[in-house]
Amino acid sequence: MAPPVLEIRNATKVYRTSGGFLSPKKEVVALQDYSLTIDREPASITTIAGESGSGKTTLANVVLGFTPLTSGQILFHGQDLATMNRRQLLHYRRNVQAVFQDPFGVYNPFYRIEHVFHTVIRHFKLADSESQMRDMIEEALNVVGLHGVDVLRKYPHQLSGGQRQRIMMARVYLIKPEVIVADEPVSMVDASLRAAILEAMLGLRDELGVSFLYITHDLSTAYQVGDRINILYQGSVAETGTTVQVIDQPQHPYVQLLVESVPAPDPSEKWDTEIELPDEEVLRSATSTGCRFYPRCPQRMDRCLEALPPLYDIDGRGHEAACYLYEDEAQMAPAP
Amino acid sequence: MAETPAEQVKRRQRKVLEVRNLRVHYETPTGDVIAVAGIDFDLYDGETLGLVGESGSGKSTAAYGILKLVQPPGRIVDGDVTLDGDELVHMSDSNFRQIRWTKLALIPQGAMNSLNPTMRVHRQITDAIEAHEGKQDKETLRERVLELFRMVGLPQRVYNMFPHELSGGMKQRVCIAMGIALHPTVVIADESTSALDVVVQRVVAQTMLRVKQALGVSMIMIGHDMGLMAQMVDRIAVMYAGKLVEVAPVETIFDEPMHPYSQVLIESIPSLKERKPLKITEGITHDPRNPPPGCIFQLRCPYVMERCRSDAPPLRELLARHEVACHLYNDDGSLIEDATMEAAS
Ligand SMILES: Nc1ncnc2c1ncn2[C@@H]1O[C@H](COP(=O)(O)OP(=O)(O)OP(=O)(O)O)[C@@H](O)[C@H]1O
Ligand SMILES: Nc1ncnc2c1ncn2[C@@H]1O[C@H](COP(=O)(O)OP(=O)(O)OP(=O)(O)O)[C@@H](O)[C@H]1O
Ligand code: SF4
Ligand SMILES: [Mg+2]
Ligand SMILES: [Mg+2]
Repeated sequence: MAPPVLEIRNATKVYRTSGGFLSPKKEVVALQDYSLTIDREPASITTIAGESGSGKTTLANVVLGFTPLTSGQILFHGQDLATMNRRQLLHYRRNVQAVFQDPFGVYNPFYRIEHVFHTVIRHFKLADSESQMRDMIEEALNVVGLHGVDVLRKYPHQLSGGQRQRIMMARVYLIKPEVIVADEPVSMVDASLRAAILEAMLGLRDELGVSFLYITHDLSTAYQVGDRINILYQGSVAETGTTVQVIDQPQHPYVQLLVESVPAPDPSEKWDTEIELPDEEVLRSATSTGCRFYPRCPQRMDRCLEALPPLYDIDGRGHEAACYLYEDEAQMAPAP
Repeated sequence: MAETPAEQVKRRQRKVLEVRNLRVHYETPTGDVIAVAGIDFDLYDGETLGLVGESGSGKSTAAYGILKLVQPPGRIVDGDVTLDGDELVHMSDSNFRQIRWTKLALIPQGAMNSLNPTMRVHRQITDAIEAHEGKQDKETLRERVLELFRMVGLPQRVYNMFPHELSGGMKQRVCIAMGIALHPTVVIADESTSALDVVVQRVVAQTMLRVKQALGVSMIMIGHDMGLMAQMVDRIAVMYAGKLVEVAPVETIFDEPMHPYSQVLIESIPSLKERKPLKITEGITHDPRNPPPGCIFQLRCPYVMERCRSDAPPLRELLARHEVACHLYNDDGSLIEDATMEAAS
């Protein structure tokens, strides 16, 4: 069998932070022993969700080769990113593209928007003539609901946040990569445009066979378009499965909290309970061993402090949770 | 001290902020972009008003306009803004500087990306405090910063960290802490919880509501997340292409949106309860330098009529506390006759 398009094996990323008052020099494990496989076919949208600081952007950065892994491997069609030569890296960079949380930093403020398109078209030699180039750009802009006349001659600061985000989508549409890492691509647009961008993602998946790592904290859009979902908690996977399995029947206590916290778009169903974040001291004291969710977990047991819980199979159909509550069930559950 | 319900009702009837015919343009070589095309609204004491709308509809620009922070090539073309009885637009810059942040604070969109990368987090906050209140005792400042951290749910270790060492959500909370540091009367929060995950967002939202109550702050929340709006705000103002198209209590906007654009906005809210096809409306808007005569929504409106192409519909109070800018309705809020016919066809 052909190797998967992208495979992340036991990826760990540790950052070292500066010390000072209240904070001795410290290591932050942003990603711990993280694995993920994206198969060549069918193309898919894998959502990476999880709280702020759980390691989502770190994952994006290591996949895009912006920052090296502390340990582990990233394989593209079976080849390790760390062993690629220059040509292979160029090929990798073309085929694994990014759309960012805040695309503003990506643009050069002194160039007009058209420069973004001209640069990629030249860099990857996508067009043979000026007119072909113009048509390609217009087509790509139309995919995300924009028109060349409205945006191409503008400078980045003259566009709204949502417009800049759609331009980034149009840019990757031109390149037609195999994988797009989209970090919060719809966090700044309103509902109807969000639908347009998500629809553009579905179109890229179904028509061009592009797979997505869709990084978001918005479970409701993931629910609408995502195939599989991976919920991170402090750098490791808390729960994984198909989007529908995980959101309809969350198993991990953290994921249950997460799903419950999604604000209901209904003013008559207002929050009636207050939730609290645990004290930092409590959090820190318990995270060195055992389950990282222990300090916040309403169902914690002594067992949970012994070691980091591995992923347990919930139902034999790819729904897994890293929680000792499922340890026994998993052992007993016969594979169907 | 807790307010009695009667006191609260009374307070809620007092306008703290009045915005009248605010117009902000950006000059470009090919003509002015009309980013805010004359908007009117009030903010009541203790209220939270949600400002929602299309990306590029002028929400952030409106906020800059209110705070007189519009940068060239932008300029305030017209309008009056009154805060607690003081007219702001024509106030001298030195007087205005006293009010900005201490009475009227903005947590700007993307603020987290404009934190100074070379300065530790606590310095950024204490600098802001000292810029307005003068030099202060170190220990007092440290206590204040840590108290602000507690309010927005930031761990203490952030005190000495640099912005690039924080996750997006943590940076966002630093910005919220800066916004409320001087206990302003009115806070405008532009997409302040957008980059936060739901659990933290919920905690921060609760915190904002609590801080709001405790300090008696009135708030304008600019955002896209209709779920969060449903939970947090009292009224919603819907903006489209530089204009307010509908202003109403939050329940009304969700249950009976009247403007066709608000209807689109409500229908396309993604749900966690069912997987449904995405609702897309034609994403094309007009050239913001050159709006067509008549209604600004005419190019996307499923109910567009002859009249919409020539006359701009004013924002009218059609039902109690429910303002709509649309020709589909009579003055009493009922649908006009031709509208039903055309919409059905
Ligand atoms: N360059 C860095 N140096 C030190 N620590 C870092 C660095 N980048 C990230 N971190 C830390 O690593 C952890 C993971 O951060 P990351 O940005 O990946 O989170 P995230 O899931 O993308 O969060 P958000 O939803 O807020 O964007 C956080 O604790 C963060 O403080
Ligand atoms: N400096 C500028 N020069 C020219 N046009 C500008 C400038 N800044 C903003 N605009 C335009 O003004 C309009 C309003 O922009 P604004 O940022 O206020 O929108 P917004 O509603 O806040 O959008 P978003 O939801 O995406 O943040 C947009 O059409 C934008 O392109
Ligand atoms: S392993 Fe234990 S502490 Fe962790 S989530 Fe499960 S029950 Fe809670
Ligand atoms: Mg991130
Ligand atoms: Mg904005």
